[in-house]
Amino acid sequence: MVALQINGKKHAVEADLDMPLLWAIRDFIGFTGTKYGCGKGLCGACMVLMDGIAVNSCQLPISVAEGKEIITIEGENKNLQLLQKSWADLNVPQCGFCQPGQLITATALLDSNDNPSDDDIETAMSRNICRCGTYQRIKNAINQTVELKKG
Amino acid sequence: MGIVKNISRRNFIKGIGLASGGLILACNTDSLGHMPTEALIKFNPNLFVQLNSDGSLVLIAARSEMGNGVRTSLTSVIADEMEADWNRVTVKQGTGDSKYGNQNTDGSQSVRTFFKSMRKMGATTKAILITAASQKWKVPASECNAENHFIIHKSGKKIGFGGLVEIAKTIEVPKDIQLKSPKDFKYIGKKLPSIDVDDYSNGSAIFGLDQRVPNMKFAAIQRCPVTFGKVISFDKTAAMKVYGVLDVIEIPRIERPFGPLGGVVVIATNTWAAFKGKEALKIEWDKGVNTSYNSEDYMKQLTENVHKKGKELKNKGDIDAAFQNAHKILETTIQLPHLVHTPMEVPNAVAWVQNDTCEVWAPSQAPQRARAEVADFLKIPIENVTMNVTFLGGGFGRKSKPDYVVEAAMVSKAINGPVQVVWSREDDIQHSYFHAVSAQKMKASLDKNGKVTGWQHRVALPSISSTFQPGVEYAGGGETAAAVKAPFEIENFNVEVGKANAHVRIGWLRSVINIPLGFSINVFTDQLAYEAGMDPLDFRMKLIGSDRIEETNSEHKMNTARLKHVLKQAAKNANWGKKLPERHAQGIAVHYSFLSYVASVVEVSVKDNNVKVHKIHTVIDCGTAINKDTITAQMEGAAVFGMTLTFYGKITAKDGAIEQSNFHNYNMLRMPAAPKTHVEIIDNYELPTGVGEPGVPVIAPAIVNAIFKVTGKRYNSLPLSDYNLV
Repeated sequence: MVALQINGKKHAVEADLDMPLLWAIRDFIGFTGTKYGCGKGLCGACMVLMDGIAVNSCQLPISVAEGKEIITIEGENKNLQLLQKSWADLNVPQCGFCQPGQLITATALLDSNDNPSDDDIETAMSRNICRCGTYQRIKNAINQTVELKKG
Repeated sequence: MGIVKNISRRNFIKGIGLASGGLILACNTDSLGHMPTEALIKFNPNLFVQLNSDGSLVLIAARSEMGNGVRTSLTSVIADEMEADWNRVTVKQGTGDSKYGNQNTDGSQSVRTFFKSMRKMGATTKAILITAASQKWKVPASECNAENHFIIHKSGKKIGFGGLVEIAKTIEVPKDIQLKSPKDFKYIGKKLPSIDVDDYSNGSAIFGLDQRVPNMKFAAIQRCPVTFGKVISFDKTAAMKVYGVLDVIEIPRIERPFGPLGGVVVIATNTWAAFKGKEALKIEWDKGVNTSYNSEDYMKQLTENVHKKGKELKNKGDIDAAFQNAHKILETTIQLPHLVHTPMEVPNAVAWVQNDTCEVWAPSQAPQRARAEVADFLKIPIENVTMNVTFLGGGFGRKSKPDYVVEAAMVSKAINGPVQVVWSREDDIQHSYFHAVSAQKMKASLDKNGKVTGWQHRVALPSISSTFQPGVEYAGGGETAAAVKAPFEIENFNVEVGKANAHVRIGWLRSVINIPLGFSINVFTDQLAYEAGMDPLDFRMKLIGSDRIEETNSEHKMNTARLKHVLKQAAKNANWGKKLPERHAQGIAVHYSFLSYVASVVEVSVKDNNVKVHKIHTVIDCGTAINKDTITAQMEGAAVFGMTLTFYGKITAKDGAIEQSNFHNYNMLRMPAAPKTHVEIIDNYELPTGVGEPGVPVIAPAIVNAIFKVTGKRYNSLPLSDYNLV
């Protein structure tokens, strides 16, 4: 039995200790906004915040996640909510499947850097794949969010 | 244009997916023209619109949403014609059912199929509401107008659409329906954000993979590494020991074009346990005849086949004489690999078989096909299968093939309960319907003035038809049309197709045959321009030649003037020929596909082995533009999709097994390499044409042409990572 702290609530999960957090979130707890994309930490679709850091939840055993503060796309975070608004403003998503992961990575970036350069954005976001090819809009939406915050 | 009827009081509202009540109009669309005559005589509506008394407007999206924006674009057409307030519109996804007309969401054809009928639906609804208001107010209908969800009398009196529903329900559809003048379009030709954008961004959009049903189990399937191989025996001992694994069963291959490959299924309480159980299986395979498939040898074979005479598809003039009398002869061999779709959401489906019924939830581009295949497998009437369509996390043609949906039905039947079959990324890459590997040989003659006097194009690739009819050895007419109809004025013109047997399942992938044909034609044209000592843009304009309109019975006729126009505009927008920094160059390509005209100019730099694509200028003429934001997004996405296949895309087989397995060896373009893409949409009110696919084919040749300008090297095979160019 592992106790996970997800989006501000405790959830008890009974599973193999080596089961990745992704499956606890999706199949046991039922937050399906966090996606399976590759299972190898290569695409970023499964990104969640763990104590504020963006991690590939498909690579993180639940035993390691125990006691950590996990935020998923359904969770609350000031930068996440601002980014979601920019995402809508610029109509970023196409199929939408990778976007929760993209938003979580972008949230971690803005949580740690108030004023990222284009290079900073590209480096941070290089962990996420979008097969539809929405990169240009993602970058613009992050930049717009930064500008909004500067007010 | 379809027939529209008011069906508010008819019985057959039941089962169309709308709640009862409200004003309901139905229309049978043009696509019925392809159906038997009885269907035309009988009123078989397949488009529905419902206006409720609270003013809410419900539209059914019968086509699948996979990033194409179809739920937004098609419905906005109705809303525009009926002068509805876009904020009052909700979209309901239709189930897979023939009552919605053709639902296959591929071939970039949703808008062009439904555009006229959608307009008529909207205009008819508006006319009924005006009639209703005129009856209510006892004034002539000609004194009433519709505006932003209200009917307004010339006196200034107004009433909301919802307030007219009860009267409107009783009104017959007027005979003469006036469509809006395009200059009055309110949503068509503008930029509407996706109706689903918030759900995508907050994680609440339900994709197939997110579908949950009470007591649902999860299943993973180990398929034979070699296409069409079979299970001899398996040992499930280790798999059964995995915590959460419930059972291990075998399913056979179903020998149909969209039949599952068969294999060993691990059923578990969660996806992880199913995946882990699958890895613990010990299976002995009869790998079958396709073990002989080695893609490297196969490419040699294809190349030989295009270096000898093939099956003639077109022969105009005297190609031999043209080559004999040439001032210069140029020859090139083009080699392109298999590709695979890798939508971010892997194939998956939930099925629940109960007695002689089955309910399915799946991300499907072809829900009617999926429904039919499930009914066929279960040997139950098709009406007993409910096919729910979820959001699709990308499709690109993969999700047109419902093998994964049938798998879910097979497993559900076996375990007598609901189950979700989930493909791993490895399964997705290794057991797909692959984009065909191809070899092409181009040969052309130039006269002293640099004019092309002869053009010979030979193509060999395993045909998509081989998936439907095993043993097909030559690519068919649809697969070679872009070569046969190359839009050039050349006197002596010859196209042949070479032999190619399939050893894996061949399927369609975004842009399909236009990827290899758009590449070969544009790369070779560039080479010819260089040999002729001419600018590649000028050379292309000359080669396309006079303004001509294709002679065809289709209402869509290729027009060379429109083709030249996109080429000119792309060059203009990119400031073609401008002075560039050292080791920078521009490349250009143009291609007509899915009835649309697209040209791109790319700017690249090459330093050491590092190729950077700085900027892409794309111009598309897709006739009447419905949602300009969606079209722009599709062109931006096409640039990235095109770059992925230019730099990375390559699937290879060794001893019949696919060698790539995940994104570490089947790479995708990522943000640092993504280009800045500028898009121009040509403004006209021609018939709307394809958008999802035609942006892809120009990207690879434009990049390769630009690299040549910097390095003097021609790359006639892809991907460029094979040359360590990334």
